[in-house]
Amino acid sequence: MIFKGDDADFPNFIKSAYKHLETSYSKFFKMDNLSKLAFLAADVLLKQESLSEEENNIALIFSNKASSLDTDRKHQKSIENQDEYFPSPAVFVYTLPNICLGEISIKHKLYSENSFFIFDRFNAEHLYLYANNLLQNNKAEKVLCGWVDFDENSYEAFLYLVENKGEIAHNTEEINRLYNLL
Amino acid sequence: MSELKEELKAKIIEQLNLEDVSVEEIADDDALFGDGLGLDSIDALELIVMLDKDYGIRLSDPKEGRKIFESVQVMADYIEANRTK
Repeated sequence: MIFKGDDADFPNFIKSAYKHLETSYSKFFKMDNLSKLAFLAADVLLKQESLSEEENNIALIFSNKASSLDTDRKHQKSIENQDEYFPSPAVFVYTLPNICLGEISIKHKLYSENSFFIFDRFNAEHLYLYANNLLQNNKAEKVLCGWVDFDENSYEAFLYLVENKGEIAHNTEEINRLYNLL
Repeated sequence: MSELKEELKAKIIEQLNLEDVSVEEIADDDALFGDGLGLDSIDALELIVMLDKDYGIRLSDPKEGRKIFESVQVMADYIEANRTK
């Protein structure tokens, strides 16, 4: 365990985790909840890698169930009343789930492929096949994969890094086993 | 005027999610963009919405914001002269 927070409220929890993990990114507090969760989870893994300051060939394959629904709801609330129609630019720039991939890519200089899929449930097979394909075809040196889901105050993040010479076997059984440890 | 400037500083911090910045740390003539508070283009749009929502000032040309959002002092002067609520 790298951090344990007692605050049930997500914004306070993620703020404590951000400070505890000594992550530094000027735009962090401008992100929506999904992006904060994905960004910090990715940062925990990527800061352990010896990344180049120029460019890193690490692909991103993320997935979830709620898409960007949490932020979409906030945006909808700001435009549903014609007399109080004030959409917030800072909110509606985050109404796509893959925006968080952009934030991670900017921080870690990743110019490689990235995709964000929406599934009814955690889909280990899809992540496995996609990551394998990228590695076998030399489209990426490593692939950061996983599931980052946020809706209202329910959230979970499960990310793992795959490479050709990794220590743990890369197959759907192992991915599911690790996911079910959550 | 002084009350309006304090109000603006508090709103800027809250609405633009400026973590670890307090009202006391923003001087009236500090640059809001560039080397000052380091606000970006999305922040500028957010300030345009704030002018409309809280003070009834609608900017027809977003480029007008460049001058108006120079500092809290300039913003307050503009709001005092043009507010409809």
